[in-house]
Amino acid sequence: MKKMKLFFKRLFQFFTHGFVRFGEFWQAKIQPPLDRITYVLRHNFIYREEGNIIYFFHILKIKVTRKRRHALYGYLFISSWLIGISFFTLYPLFYSLYLSFHEAYYNLQDGITTTYIGFNNYINILRSQILIPLYTNYLGRMVVAVPIIIVFSIIIAVLVNAPIKSKSLWRTVFFLPVIISTGPVINELNAQSAITLPNLQASGIYSYLANNLPAFLADPLTTVINSMLIILWYAGIPILIYLAGLQKIDPSLYEAASMDGASPWMRFWKITLPSLMPFTGISIVYVVVSMSLFVEPAGLLDLTRTHMLVGAPDSAFWFGYGYAAAMAWIYFILMVLLILLFTRITKEKPVRIQ
Amino acid sequence: MKLLNISVARQQKLRKIWLGKNLTDGLAYRLVIYLLLISFSYIYLYPLLFMVVNSLKSVDDLINPGVQWIPTALIWENYERAFQVLNLPQSIIDSTGYVLRVSVAATLSSALIGYGFARFDFPFKKLFFAIMLATFILPQQVTMVANMIIYRELNIISSESAMLYPALTGQGINAAIYILIFYTFYKTIPGILIESAEVDGAGQLRIFRSIILPLAIPSFVIVFLFSFVWYWNESFITGLYVGDKITLPLWLQAFRSSYESIFPPGTPGAELNEAILLAGNMLTILPLLLLYFFSQKLFTQSIDRTGITGE
Repeated sequence: MKKMKLFFKRLFQFFTHGFVRFGEFWQAKIQPPLDRITYVLRHNFIYREEGNIIYFFHILKIKVTRKRRHALYGYLFISSWLIGISFFTLYPLFYSLYLSFHEAYYNLQDGITTTYIGFNNYINILRSQILIPLYTNYLGRMVVAVPIIIVFSIIIAVLVNAPIKSKSLWRTVFFLPVIISTGPVINELNAQSAITLPNLQASGIYSYLANNLPAFLADPLTTVINSMLIILWYAGIPILIYLAGLQKIDPSLYEAASMDGASPWMRFWKITLPSLMPFTGISIVYVVVSMSLFVEPAGLLDLTRTHMLVGAPDSAFWFGYGYAAAMAWIYFILMVLLILLFTRITKEKPVRIQ
Repeated sequence: MKLLNISVARQQKLRKIWLGKNLTDGLAYRLVIYLLLISFSYIYLYPLLFMVVNSLKSVDDLINPGVQWIPTALIWENYERAFQVLNLPQSIIDSTGYVLRVSVAATLSSALIGYGFARFDFPFKKLFFAIMLATFILPQQVTMVANMIIYRELNIISSESAMLYPALTGQGINAAIYILIFYTFYKTIPGILIESAEVDGAGQLRIFRSIILPLAIPSFVIVFLFSFVWYWNESFITGLYVGDKITLPLWLQAFRSSYESIFPPGTPGAELNEAILLAGNMLTILPLLLLYFFSQKLFTQSIDRTGITGE
């Protein structure tokens, strides 16, 4: 026991002694040169600090103000983003635009080889028998599905916001798909046709639509019916957006309206819906983007990947990077057009007071 | 006369119970709402129920149209096989490690970037902010063609870095949303708190570390959870940049081929059926389901924090 105590005492002494010695050494030998270096760094020909003025090369004089310091710190904080946006977003964006006007292939020896072919990639896509139906299907499906999702999410948000028990349970249920919807799972469910209600497919509406409408109208409708449940799964986040919007409505509005004898039905159309309209724009953007990003097997995005990866100069079917880039660009343009179209339709019209 | 009065009173009472004073507090209204909610959630959860039930069915039950919701016997062997095919204990550890690294990187970087946007004024701030928001609309698929080439030149293709570098620089999946969450939160911190620290002589990094970070922990948790879920679920970009069989969904994508290599066709009782596939699905979504049930409040209240509802 005594030995142990002694041992620890020795150990402690050794460390304190060591620290003191190290401190002395630092003070004597290392600190002065460090000071010298910092002084030289701050007072040299190129950069000199005097008070709150900084000189560059004795000519360029910069007065350090609070505003300027803040601007510098702002740039420092977002510097990682500035690097990222230029390397991983803007440069690839313009590079893929550049590629889309070229015939581009990759091989191990010379890397990427490009030859300028003008608008030929785009023209070839517009001529393609395989791609055009895919693009029109995409457009048709979105035009049918997005309004369904928006209406559905408004209905669910209003229902969940009603005075009911265990609100958080319902919220949990309706947000669940956002957590579990991943590409492979949905594709597997799709393969087993579990993404629509069996009754819906067997009902008269389905066969009526398929038999009586021209193909360009019937196809989007039937594909939407065939994947109804997955389409509704995209409503997860819009429901939350609308719920947050509903909580912002002043309850006294409803009281005043019911005093004046408005029925719940009227109150929904005259108060609830108009106050939810501002949130429709952001919901539409979210829905269109997340639906467009879903990759279905043998869909457009999947084909883009195939063209890119399989592409070889002598291939008769796969046309390399330039073709893939042009496909992606047309897709993106269609997506932006859809967003513009929907937001234009749902835009609030200024109310005229007479 | 008296009898009639009583019946009228009773009728009125009944009416009040059913319809309430102004319809919304009556019993009928509530019944209708519950009915609608239950039927909608049945529609909503139908694929999930289908997965749970069908993954436990035997081959006979799958074919038999009389058996829809209640299987005649629970075949746990489906899960055992899917467990083997998905290479489960190992693959889940691998994908959790990968997703953790990437989502932590995304969270930290968006915290810093959001602070830069929220706290400081600098030239071109509005332009940069608009570009940042616009990156949300820009699909990865437009840039992926060029990104493939760039990553190849940087020599980070087919490695985790291909996802890690964009995440570190605020360009990962849905990064605009994370930055927006942090931005909105930082805007709610009173400026006087930070100014007083500045007067006391704290540098900006020190202010960020000892004042902002402790306050922002809820935002950190939310952003981390979201990025974890989204990076876990992203299979197209991950498969393209990082490679096959990195995350559990990618193992699921290769389910059929890896099933054939483990249970070669021809051996008796080894045919792949739908039930086994669905068991694989269930096993894939199970980790996230567990995560969700422990943290669902954070997820469902998150939208209020993004500030897209306008403050």
